[in-house]
Amino acid sequence: MEKFKTLTATAIPLDIENVDTDQIIPARFLKATNREGFGENAFRDWRFQKDGTVNTEFVLNQPQYAGPILVAGDNFGCGSSREHAAWALTDYGFKVIVSSFFADIFKGNALNNGLLPVQVTPEFLKELMTAIKANPPTKITVDLVAQTIGIEGSDHVEPFEIDAYKKTCMINGYDDIDYLLSKKDTIEHFEKTLI
Amino acid sequence: MGKTLFDKVWDAHVVDTIKDGPQILYIDKHLIHEVTSPQAFKELEERNIPVFRPDQIVATADHNTPTLNQHLPIKDELSRKQLEQLSENCKKNNITLYELGHKYNGIVHVMAPELGITQPGMTIVCGDSHTSTHGAFGTIAFGIGTSQVAQVFASQCLLLTKPKSLRVTVNGKLKNGVLPKDVILYIISKIGTNSGTGYFCEYAGDVFENMSMEGRMTVCNMSIEMGARGGMIAPDETTFEYVKGREFAPKGDEFDKKVAYWKTLSTDADATFDKEYFFDAADIEPMLTYGTNPGMGIKISESIPETNDASFEKALDYMNFKKGETLIGKPINYVFIGSCTNSRIEDFRIAADYIKGKQKAANVTAWLVPGSKQVEAQIIEEGLKTIFDEAGFELRQPGCSACLAMNDDKIPQGEYCVSTSNRNFEGRQGQGARTILASPLMAAATAVEGKIIDITKQLQHQVNHEYTAV
Repeated sequence: MEKFKTLTATAIPLDIENVDTDQIIPARFLKATNREGFGENAFRDWRFQKDGTVNTEFVLNQPQYAGPILVAGDNFGCGSSREHAAWALTDYGFKVIVSSFFADIFKGNALNNGLLPVQVTPEFLKELMTAIKANPPTKITVDLVAQTIGIEGSDHVEPFEIDAYKKTCMINGYDDIDYLLSKKDTIEHFEKTLI
Repeated sequence: MGKTLFDKVWDAHVVDTIKDGPQILYIDKHLIHEVTSPQAFKELEERNIPVFRPDQIVATADHNTPTLNQHLPIKDELSRKQLEQLSENCKKNNITLYELGHKYNGIVHVMAPELGITQPGMTIVCGDSHTSTHGAFGTIAFGIGTSQVAQVFASQCLLLTKPKSLRVTVNGKLKNGVLPKDVILYIISKIGTNSGTGYFCEYAGDVFENMSMEGRMTVCNMSIEMGARGGMIAPDETTFEYVKGREFAPKGDEFDKKVAYWKTLSTDADATFDKEYFFDAADIEPMLTYGTNPGMGIKISESIPETNDASFEKALDYMNFKKGETLIGKPINYVFIGSCTNSRIEDFRIAADYIKGKQKAANVTAWLVPGSKQVEAQIIEEGLKTIFDEAGFELRQPGCSACLAMNDDKIPQGEYCVSTSNRNFEGRQGQGARTILASPLMAAATAVEGKIIDITKQLQHQVNHEYTAV
């Protein structure tokens, strides 16, 4: 897993609530047996019309917006447990998703793939959306070590929460398998005590 | 302070606790399928890690499988490869697989309970968010991502932070025509799609106590649609009776010993929850969804709300519905009875009971997809297939089918489908398809009438005909 400490970059405002994992990666693209290449079909049915032409109204297709930070509406990642959603987003080039609320399974999947979910207050989310829409080149700084997110040209620095263990994993690029394997003896001992 | 059902099962499975961090939770049963497992197998192989407890893993093929001509080679190359990969991975790692055509093949959340693999007090995971289904037995069961599938392969454990507790209590008597699906759609319409996020839910009250296991599975199945990782119902005589005698259930003295333990799992009277909701069964009616998430549901007697909000309007625009209108009378061309929510024998009994002596409307394409080979066999054995055939319905072969339309069972662009599945997301049942979630009774009635009807009015005229949440 890639390490993550801080990131200063432009962001894309996806001002839609309840973005579910079927939108992030539709089920018909889940037939691959590896993790790569899902970015091509990220938000497929929003990026393209049914006839295959580009949907110019969709924010990812608007040339003024670019960057590895996706700023999305409330309850991002609800629905299916498919980790393909996290793979699609990282493969597309995103490193951070900002929202006022994340669905549980998506959040875990993102963290397991070096994609940082940053949960902010609805007020700050609104401020962020407004700032990016008003001036798309606005830079956003996400500092995982300090657990803060800030908007260029604003003194307002917003703190965010993250599980301490997951933070360490992200900063060092560790994953849970390494940790669990180191606990093999404890697990085997526990198995003998099971009812 | 007393413990909840969830606390009791969770605490019995904690291997260790990381200081200021998550806990190591032991997993009793790991269910896998073709879509979310291949990358996990690959990861283990690349890191040269063996599968730790293959005996505790059971695999099935369901998401991608065709529901017609299952004896023939699968036409779609990618689907075929994914299924072949599953077979190869299971063989290589000594994992039991009920592949396409096997007498136990079926949707993972239908297959495991009916084989007695699912038992009270267990921890069960699967790379599928509807794993919450198994909570009907008083198990901690939840969906996981593929990285976690790999973790369980490697260690039979997961690193997790204990979720908060939520209880939804529904007391009273359900009206005629109100089924378990209506109960859960009603709950989600009231509390929304994210009020359960971060929580594990317990369903309590006499409505759930009086439900069959099939009904309880329908309810727990949709826990994830309110954001909760899982939902549980305390095991009782109904549960024990269901588990008893099933293929992989404990037998004889072992079974009695287990039952004695399972009886201790109910939430203590003095236990407290982080959040509680209470509902009255009498308030619930047959439900329908009108939008693009399962929380956008109304009672059959209600009209679409007049909410002014961009996401709400985007959803109505997708569905081509207007604020303030009723769904009654809307012509419907597609009906799907199936999915891990409603594809068990009881669902088909209800549908057959309604359909018997009637005819499917000419405009409707109606797909009936059993949840497993065993359900399919039972449909035939009980004579339900004859009823469906005579009424012009098509009984297909088991699988996830049009719930997520990974196979050929897709609803065409712009068409409405009254569906017994669990998600009405944009494009879920096919690109541009418009899903209306409902109970098997509402779905059967829609197929017969060719449009949405007020089933409660129809039932008023029928004497001695009860459709209840059994």
